[in-house]
Amino acid sequence: MSILVNKDTKVIVQGFTGKEGTFHASQCIEYGTNIVGGVTPGKGGQEHLGRPVFNGVKEAVASTGATVSMIFVPPAFVADAVMEASDAGIELAVIITEGAPVRDMMFAKMYATKKGMSTIGPNCPGIITAEECKIGIMPGMIFKKGNVGLISKSGTLTYEASHQVVQEGFGITTAVGIGGDPIIGLSYKQLLPMFEADSETEAIVMIGEIGGDLEIQAAKYIKENISKPVVAFIAGQTAPKGKRMGHAGAIISGGSGTASEKMEALEKAGVKVVVSPADIGKAVKEVLSK
Amino acid sequence: MNIHEYQAKEIFRKYNVPVPQGKVAFTVDEAVEAAKELGGDIWVVKAQIHAGGRGLGGGVKLAKSLDEVRQLSDEILGMTLVTHQTGSEGKVVHKLYIEEGADIAKEYYLGMLLDRAAEMPVMMASTEGGMEIEKVAAETPEKIVKVNIDPTIGFQGFHGRELAFGLGLPKEEVGTFIKFASALYDAYMDNDAEMIEINPLIKTGDGKFLALDAKMGFDDNALYRHNDISEMRDLEEEEPTELEAKAHGLSYIKLDGNVGCMVNGAGLAMATMDIIKHEGGEPANFLDVGGGANPETVAKGFEIILKDPNVKAIFVNIFGGIVRCDRVANGILEATKIVDVNVPVVVRLDGTNAIEAAEILKNANIENIIPAQNLSDGARKAVEAAKGDK
Repeated sequence: MSILVNKDTKVIVQGFTGKEGTFHASQCIEYGTNIVGGVTPGKGGQEHLGRPVFNGVKEAVASTGATVSMIFVPPAFVADAVMEASDAGIELAVIITEGAPVRDMMFAKMYATKKGMSTIGPNCPGIITAEECKIGIMPGMIFKKGNVGLISKSGTLTYEASHQVVQEGFGITTAVGIGGDPIIGLSYKQLLPMFEADSETEAIVMIGEIGGDLEIQAAKYIKENISKPVVAFIAGQTAPKGKRMGHAGAIISGGSGTASEKMEALEKAGVKVVVSPADIGKAVKEVLSK
Repeated sequence: MNIHEYQAKEIFRKYNVPVPQGKVAFTVDEAVEAAKELGGDIWVVKAQIHAGGRGLGGGVKLAKSLDEVRQLSDEILGMTLVTHQTGSEGKVVHKLYIEEGADIAKEYYLGMLLDRAAEMPVMMASTEGGMEIEKVAAETPEKIVKVNIDPTIGFQGFHGRELAFGLGLPKEEVGTFIKFASALYDAYMDNDAEMIEINPLIKTGDGKFLALDAKMGFDDNALYRHNDISEMRDLEEEEPTELEAKAHGLSYIKLDGNVGCMVNGAGLAMATMDIIKHEGGEPANFLDVGGGANPETVAKGFEIILKDPNVKAIFVNIFGGIVRCDRVANGILEATKIVDVNVPVVVRLDGTNAIEAAEILKNANIENIIPAQNLSDGARKAVEAAKGDK
């Protein structure tokens, strides 16, 4: 079992024939992801990486039965791509692109929600169900199959966490990189119940960072609804106020969104919070051997 | 990206958000000339820097004659202004804004930003004008009225009424206020603003609303479609090293410690700062070299970190994914040939081909490159090296 995606998931790629789209789509195919085609307006009818190319998402869905789209289009076209996917009946869009304007994402997410489409990202590494399906840009070999679900705002920190979990002798069911922008798609609060319901997931790791209050919302949700053990790390304990730390959303503004308030809320909710990012693996081992 | 008050007021004028008459001045003579042109017998001389709290810091002064305009402009221009937002080093004033005096009957606060939880803009108003809004929010949150505005319907009359009645405005002033707030909403949305703050918003003796101050920030990701706003960028207000890093695709922020950090990925870069602190050290910077970590970016990273004379050791923490560690190791070795790295460099490479990478670093046998086994080992070694007792 896993959440959201597995080996049977049919995936299309928007921005399929571009440099990034081509490189990462071929890596996904190599990993075993069932990529059934792609979309590049104006290149419909061609073949790319052995898969059909379509002019639009509607046509791609009709022809392939795809339910998930991986989006690699440039930032200025992300909103359009997300809305097109929503309109075509895609169920989940994984938005890898970095640098999409906030206003665009605001409208795109509203429309997606109206059409019943979930989104992951933007500015994220994507989602991977270990040894089955990778939809994103993460190095697949770091994610060995196991019993830990992973939700993270950061790319390389996701790899770091998975690596530590694997080194402790465990592995990953599904890992979701939710991204660090001010407006993102699926977040802790929506993903936690999926891991709670997943029979293979026995523990959950959540990696947060400064800015916004998604981790605080997660803490409230965990306290009331999650029975599986949760390990958390919050990046940016030493970050200065008012400075944007790489991610567009990673900023302590007006004194709120600090790491310490998030760590405190999570601890109060019964989450095993680690202060050092080097202790994530050890903490997973500890909660799983109880 | 942030802009100056005088620039924000230019945008306000374009959107019919009422502001007092004013002119920007770069010299004392220009300031006096501006006051003459504005006319009247009372002026405000305002320092233009990208930080709040200018009044309390002595950067906003009232002048009652042209001589006084000259004297105050001379004082303020070139001064180092220290406010609660500039940090202790302060900011040098390079520009002035000369504004006509206003007849203040009452001060309010009006601001707009993205409500991340609601995923739509929020407009906030308060009767506590002229105060730090963070302080009002913490101490008397009931004095702030907040209204979320769904951008699919835009600013409606009911949004305005909720704010106006929330402020306790008499009904004959509600219409004027709504017009003001609605124009402000347009200025925010059209320009991809990240925040607008008017503190204070004033009501004049004859019942008009005027933006006495104006602060605007914009979404960097949307600047590509606003050339007029991009042109307002004032590089003098930005940290030169941060700008240089950005020009090379790196994201750098200077901090106060002595352990330099070079990391791939923003989250891991923050986590690296945290672990240095956890091991008893102080990080000197945040530096995300991005996904590539090739010899050029690594060399540039070293160069930028070493501009800070406090740096006593560097911790290179790279988690190799699709970019393999062996390539990063070679990149680091090449970078040390391009840049003279005169402090110990602790290198932690993990992930794809980490074993090969360790071998490469070991065989290179460079004195000040110290390989680390894992994240905590690397942090510990870097902290020790910075203390000079490795």
